[in-house]
Amino acid sequence: MSTQSILGLFHQAEPAADAMDGLKEAGFKLGTFDVLTGTPYPEGAFGEHVPQHRLFRFPAFGAIIGFTLSVFLTAVTQLAYPMVTGGKPILSVFAMLIIMYEMTMLSGVIATVVGIVFESRLPNMKPGIYDTRITEGWIGVVVTFDDDSKVADAESVLNKAGAVEIKHA
Amino acid sequence: MQQRRELDQVYINRKLLNGQLDTPKWWAPTVTFLGVVVVIGLVVISIMINKGLGVTGLSRPVYWGLFITTFVFWVGISHAGIMISAILRLTQAEWRRPVTRAAELLTVFSLLTALVFPLIHAGRPWRIAYWIMPYDISRGIYPNIRSPLIMDPVAIGTYLTGSTLFLYIALLPDLGNLRDRTTGWQNAMYTVLALGWRGNPRQWKMQTVGGILLSALMLPIFVSVHSIVSWDFAIASAVEGWHSTIFAPYFVIGAVHSGVSAVVTMMALMRWLWKWDDFIRPEHFDALARLLIVVATGWLAFTFLELTFALYGQDAPEIALREMQMFQWPWNMLFIIFFLTAYLIPVPLWLFKRVRNNIAMMFWTSILVNVGMWLERFLIIVPGLARRTPFVYTWEAYRPSGVEWMIFIWAFAWVTFLMLLFSRFFPLVPLFEAKESQVFTDDVMIGRAKVPAIVREAD
Repeated sequence: MSTQSILGLFHQAEPAADAMDGLKEAGFKLGTFDVLTGTPYPEGAFGEHVPQHRLFRFPAFGAIIGFTLSVFLTAVTQLAYPMVTGGKPILSVFAMLIIMYEMTMLSGVIATVVGIVFESRLPNMKPGIYDTRITEGWIGVVVTFDDDSKVADAESVLNKAGAVEIKHA
Repeated sequence: MQQRRELDQVYINRKLLNGQLDTPKWWAPTVTFLGVVVVIGLVVISIMINKGLGVTGLSRPVYWGLFITTFVFWVGISHAGIMISAILRLTQAEWRRPVTRAAELLTVFSLLTALVFPLIHAGRPWRIAYWIMPYDISRGIYPNIRSPLIMDPVAIGTYLTGSTLFLYIALLPDLGNLRDRTTGWQNAMYTVLALGWRGNPRQWKMQTVGGILLSALMLPIFVSVHSIVSWDFAIASAVEGWHSTIFAPYFVIGAVHSGVSAVVTMMALMRWLWKWDDFIRPEHFDALARLLIVVATGWLAFTFLELTFALYGQDAPEIALREMQMFQWPWNMLFIIFFLTAYLIPVPLWLFKRVRNNIAMMFWTSILVNVGMWLERFLIIVPGLARRTPFVYTWEAYRPSGVEWMIFIWAFAWVTFLMLLFSRFFPLVPLFEAKESQVFTDDVMIGRAKVPAIVREAD
């Protein structure tokens, strides 16, 4: 059995949403079909599966790492070269705070970007069936299946919904 | 505000990718000219590094002059990006859409330029490595993290890295678009850069949620950067005019004033050069001008506060410094120009709708603001140092040399050169934002008036 996919192309959002509904009704499992657009639409505009994500964990995780590293870096740096200035303590907390703050934020931002890329399931150098007209306003409904016998069912649903064109891969 | 036109996605692609798919005729000669200026500037910088800082006008007691003024100026300009992109994104301001990319780009390139100035100002730039990253364990020498010279690079490095990543993440959908419109090596380049973007709901959701999250994370960095830059001055207790507790917010609001004005300048140029009348409309200038009135007036309040706090103590050297700044030649002339250009001319003009909707007027008034804001930094930095010593004969000793002026010009050519180079390969207006605006906006009839209505998701 090989994984196959087909892509139905639509001019408008309404028939694409009908196709998504039709696929659900025809017994296709969530996650085996998806919608591709050239612009963000309101969530649920196509009755699509609303993806769950854990993006909010990434900045928190990054910030903890950044903060830990920054404490280590600023404290060890001063302790390694213990220059007493004006009889003050070696560890200059205010100066440390500035660097700790920046490093915590930097680490948080980097982790967020990693999170966005990861949660977008990127990089994906073999993204599968696609059509360049999607970025010209067409809407693609892509269906993936392991079972070849379902290709005809999916095609039928897409055609019934008003697909302008169907591509195979 | 009913200037929006309904545009289809093919038209949006064709218009907003006209810099990448069809190079405009003016592009090559302009980039060549700027390239020549950039090369001349680099030669001058090399000469200065070779000969030493003796070729500049810097001398006792003014060790910080044009270079540090220009450094602060470009850090200020960099505040445009996050102000526009992050704050307006978080507040879901609809008019942000055509502005965000250019503003973020201005942040990145102006920060890159700003960083050059402390480096070359050091005279021996390679030694900066020992201040910042000198974990030279064998010699037991470590950087002094108590010094602002460490805080600055850490803060600016954080801001630059964050802004660049922010810019790249928001570019992903447009890189996918460019991949779809190109062939050959360009297609290969965009395919790699787009990371396999397809535009499924998961990816769009990450763009939205991630954009808001990054905006929220970048805002505290944005505030911290210019605060830290201001502390370079504020912690110098021996210099009148520098040692001020309100420098951090004063610098931040001044940076927003100059940064947003720079965005206005850039938007006008973008509209004229790429003919993006459908996307960058008078209503956007109107909104930015309203924002600028508030920011500029806030900045004016801080300027008066700074002056009031300085004079309240009746400290003789402080009073003498302020007298010099405002009443002695040539500082008084600079002070008048600063005050006129940073506030007194542009802000009253922006009160008129006719001016706010006139792109040429907005262009010139925004340039005036930045002339004034550069002078503001010059008037903070130089006079304070010029009369620092008790030896009267050293006062007012600073006059920038030709080398400094050439490097100053180089900075402007360099930023413009980088922007134009970027525009050749990447869109300056986010296409997906322009398209999203079409999806989320519709005209509704209220009585007999047709009014644009914006649809917003609940979360």
